[in-house]
Amino acid sequence: MTLLNRLLKSREALLSVAGTALLGLIALRAPGFVAPGNLASVFTDTAILIILAIGQTAVILTRSIDLSVAANLALTGMAGAMLNAAHPEIPVPLLVLASAAMGMALGAVNGLLVWKVGLPSIVVTLGTLTIFRGSAFVLSGGEWVNTFQMSPAYLALPRETLLGLPMLAWLAVAVIGLAALGFARSPVGRALYAVGGNPVAAVYAGIDAGRTVFRAFCVSGLLAGLCGYLWVSRFAVAYVDIAAGFELDVIAACVIGGVSISGGVGSVAGAVLGALFLGVIKNALPVVGVSPFWQMSISGAIIIAAVLLNTRAERRKGRIILRHRATTGQEAGA
Amino acid sequence: MTMLTPNAPFSTGQNRAGQDRAGQNRSGPDRAPSPTPPMRRIPDRTDAPLTALLKSWEALLLLLAAAIFTANSFASPYFLDVWNLSDATFNFTEKAIVALALAFVILAGEIDISVAGIIALSSTLMGATAAAGQPMPVVVGVGLLTGLACGAVNGLLVTGLELPSIVATIGTMSLFRGLAYGILGDGAYTRYPEGFAYFGQGYVWEWLSFEVTVFLGLALLAGFLLHRTSLGRAVRAIGHNPTAAAFSGLKVRRIKFWLFAATGLAAGVASVMLTSRLGSTRPSIATGWELEIVTMVVLGGVAITGGVGTIPGVVLAALVMGLLTFGLGLLNVSGIIMSIVVGVMLIAVIALPVLARKLSNRMRRTTP
Amino acid sequence: MTTPTPVPPARAQHASAQDTRLLEMRGITKLFPGVRALSDVNLTLRAGRVTALIGENGAGKSTLVKTMTGIYRPDGGDIRIDGAPVVFTAPAMAESAGITAIHQETVLFDELSVAENIFAGHAPTTRFGLIDRKAMLARAGALLRTLDAPFGPHTRLKDLSIGQRHLVAVARALSVEARVIIMDEPTAALSQKEADELFAIVERLKAQGRAILFISHKFEEVFRIADDYAVFRDGRSVGAGALADTDQAEIVRLMVGRPVEQTFPKLAVTPGELVLEVEDYAHPTEFDGVSFQLRRGEILGLYGLVGAGRSEFCQSLFGITRPSRGRLRIKGRDTVIRSPGDAIRAGLVYVPEERGRHGAVLAMPIVDNMTLATLPEVSRYGVISRAREFALARRYAERLDLRAASLSQPVGTLSGGNQQKIVISKWLATQPDIIILDEPSKGIDIGSKAAVHGFISELAAQGLAVIMISSELPEILGMSDRVLVMREGRPIHLYDRAGLTAETLVRAATGNTDSHPELAA
Repeated sequence: MTLLNRLLKSREALLSVAGTALLGLIALRAPGFVAPGNLASVFTDTAILIILAIGQTAVILTRSIDLSVAANLALTGMAGAMLNAAHPEIPVPLLVLASAAMGMALGAVNGLLVWKVGLPSIVVTLGTLTIFRGSAFVLSGGEWVNTFQMSPAYLALPRETLLGLPMLAWLAVAVIGLAALGFARSPVGRALYAVGGNPVAAVYAGIDAGRTVFRAFCVSGLLAGLCGYLWVSRFAVAYVDIAAGFELDVIAACVIGGVSISGGVGSVAGAVLGALFLGVIKNALPVVGVSPFWQMSISGAIIIAAVLLNTRAERRKGRIILRHRATTGQEAGA
Repeated sequence: MTMLTPNAPFSTGQNRAGQDRAGQNRSGPDRAPSPTPPMRRIPDRTDAPLTALLKSWEALLLLLAAAIFTANSFASPYFLDVWNLSDATFNFTEKAIVALALAFVILAGEIDISVAGIIALSSTLMGATAAAGQPMPVVVGVGLLTGLACGAVNGLLVTGLELPSIVATIGTMSLFRGLAYGILGDGAYTRYPEGFAYFGQGYVWEWLSFEVTVFLGLALLAGFLLHRTSLGRAVRAIGHNPTAAAFSGLKVRRIKFWLFAATGLAAGVASVMLTSRLGSTRPSIATGWELEIVTMVVLGGVAITGGVGTIPGVVLAALVMGLLTFGLGLLNVSGIIMSIVVGVMLIAVIALPVLARKLSNRMRRTTP
Repeated sequence: MTTPTPVPPARAQHASAQDTRLLEMRGITKLFPGVRALSDVNLTLRAGRVTALIGENGAGKSTLVKTMTGIYRPDGGDIRIDGAPVVFTAPAMAESAGITAIHQETVLFDELSVAENIFAGHAPTTRFGLIDRKAMLARAGALLRTLDAPFGPHTRLKDLSIGQRHLVAVARALSVEARVIIMDEPTAALSQKEADELFAIVERLKAQGRAILFISHKFEEVFRIADDYAVFRDGRSVGAGALADTDQAEIVRLMVGRPVEQTFPKLAVTPGELVLEVEDYAHPTEFDGVSFQLRRGEILGLYGLVGAGRSEFCQSLFGITRPSRGRLRIKGRDTVIRSPGDAIRAGLVYVPEERGRHGAVLAMPIVDNMTLATLPEVSRYGVISRAREFALARRYAERLDLRAASLSQPVGTLSGGNQQKIVISKWLATQPDIIILDEPSKGIDIGSKAAVHGFISELAAQGLAVIMISSELPEILGMSDRVLVMREGRPIHLYDRAGLTAETLVRAATGNTDSHPELAA
């Protein structure tokens, strides 16, 4: 009973129901859309958004925000592509690791500015957003890295299939799994919730709030770096403006997934569902005969609706001090 | 005001403050409530206005602007031409107009990410109106009203439904620009009525463009509102401490609503100018402007946490960004390099005072 | 009582070893800008004994707790555990030394489970560095069982009542094997049954040889649960010993420390016309059935324990929250107040308790704060006249003897007393008929206190009707013409000044009375 209650109250469950209903509606007009094969390709198409949303969730949980993820992605993607073009002999896995490490370093810059200098994260990442993307321009001189310049192995990795799913999808699955474990089971993961939920209490509990925020930015940067590689190899081209404005899609996915902008509330499952929700809409619109140009306004409306629902749910009731009501309230709740 | 007699510290003030309360005198001269402390006059200010000005953020920005100006004039022989300088203004006035209004929103402790979306939607609806053959005043009216309406939507979401402004306006950003995409798709509106070009391309007098004239007028208005009126004071108080502001009887929600509406209207104005200047509308118009405009406001010394900031600061920040873009343009340096410089400035100008304070604290601690 | 031999650093000493000093604080001093929060304070906690820390609000109890738990570093004095000096630079250090506080508002994490709350910051981990969920749940479950908690370790904290949260906080203290447990007003928000359960737990902790510091305003509780006492006044230790050797009267005397009438100069005023009539004011959750009348020149004291609903009631008078029922007449006219703006226009103002959060805009200059509620009066067509503004500020600065370097100085840089003067000035500038002062002398130094009291008295003499919320007995007794006592959101009794004693008020506020006389008026 309490389990059922909690399930009914959980945002993730609500979102799953809404998502299923959405799929049902789409299936009415285009049954082919819900075929497993197509759903798998929707998942693959959304993989990068999912990974970035998970990184962003870590940051938002600590009451911060990372606007620089898409620029981080563009810079690391460009760097990886150029390195590959210049030195095709470097093994691909090493390049992938290098991209992730570089992304993490960029994330660490954000984190240090927030932690050590005490700047608001929105200002810091607004600044690094332009710096990172500008650096991608400086690095490339504004040139594109085209398909033929990159090694076939570099481009092939995300596309290789395993058990019917491309590596891109498997990578997303791996990130989801690791993040779910890390958020729920690691001391660092739990500290994210503690710091965002009640920073004062976190200090009393001996948790270093600043260091925790720093770590969240590192995670976000690491995943952005990974996505830099994935984006470039998936679209087989690298240029300065890749994923421009994508940071807002990432935040939107988190918000739809019930990650509270005021910190401490949210989950990996929610972020994944939020990203998938956006992915399904993006992929379904052409199928059901709606111009894809409407996609943006629809996701905008969904973001507002999601925030509205989440904010309503979060709103606290007043402190109850009248005894008789307090006790009856408790009994009703038990 | 009257000087107070040292022996009656309470009386004069009370008679002034309570003059409507007739017939309530102090109950007698022999009843001294507490030993009268020696009267000390508290000065109104300790810093002379000039000293305060020299230490300010604005002085720093002015210095920066002057440096860039000088560097530009050395770097390029074309820079000091009055027409070139006039041209230089076009790349920042539209953003700066929105920044003036957004400064108030940020001062009040909120944010609006949707401004560029509003510009796109407003431009699209103007294009549609023009395509329907409406005359110029109607087209402009539609542009301005769209802006105002979008701003009101933001205001309602934030004050009526109490959504956090950052996520609410990320949502409306998608919504507004999405509507522009939905209406236009990959098409474009390119036909505008006669006379419409004036707003983005016209000159009021010689080299003084209409855009700059409007911007200067609005900057004066914004500066006056923020620094001289009770509205400005209220906005500042709300930004510092919304609870204390509400406890002081200020209408926090109503004020915030109108700040969002005004920002929408400013985006409408910017949209009229931009559309007129470009002579065409695509849904991608003004993409990415929201972050540039926020950068302008923050660079201008407006604290993202609310309460702190000035209009001269925002105007100077716009000037710095504009001069930098133009100067680098003259040197054939890409605009994106400029964005790096702006990004670095944004972080540096905020981080440096913090770091300096930390450093001086540490020095003080080590030398007892 | 002194044992010269050093105590072996063993875990939980036996309860019979009554002279075992576990924690000693000697000569602790803590300074804040403009305030000496603690001066030369001593405190000794013994294993297996409960020590009650008693003092009025602002006596320095919370500051002491914060220095014990590593939140603050003392500016002087030393702390010894088992005779060995210790220095805490972080809360984690105090915790690993065995000192844990259960805070007034049980600062815990709503979104996390009970087990995670208990082990926040020190969860058991597996070989791979992951949290050992199984071990954590098992240990949390065991701790909860020893406390007879009616909920399991999986429960989300947000689903628990305040009393149940206390159990979680106690379990947390046990999980770090705390030897010194600080309970800061643990029963403030508990029902009698919940409080009884808590006391049973305290007894058990005591039997296990832990030292407990019990902070409470309720004498009944103190005499029931504590063995020793320490009384603080104005940041100093004024008395300590075994409770068995003393009585309530003596403790009240130590707390108050001075003859009441001398320090609080309430001037004799003949009450004027009726200005405020409150009839049956109620709120769904915070207060119920409050009625009284107030005349010009009168000071009505509102006494009660923290959380009795006094502030909530006054805030609804001021239009911050809406009452669910009740009538309000101001100067004989039926008045409906929907917002603070309405209240100000009706001549009723409220000086809030939390100066930093509700009262002042700390980052703004003095002059801007003073005119915040009277902006229309210092401006024409919405344009502020700086000259008029400064004139007004100067007037009130002189009237309240404000100490500041300049009127353009941010309020946050001033001492609490001077901040309070500014907040009061802001409200007086609106020329009110009724002024509500919520804990007007909380957190301000003695000198400013006297000035504020003298001033309140002066206001009443000039015809203002004053409502003063205070938890400080001497203040209430010294300043009020009448005192309304509230408990758990309800008015208990309206007392006249004549013959009123601290005893009577404390009894009424704590519910330690046999009869509940009907409310007069």
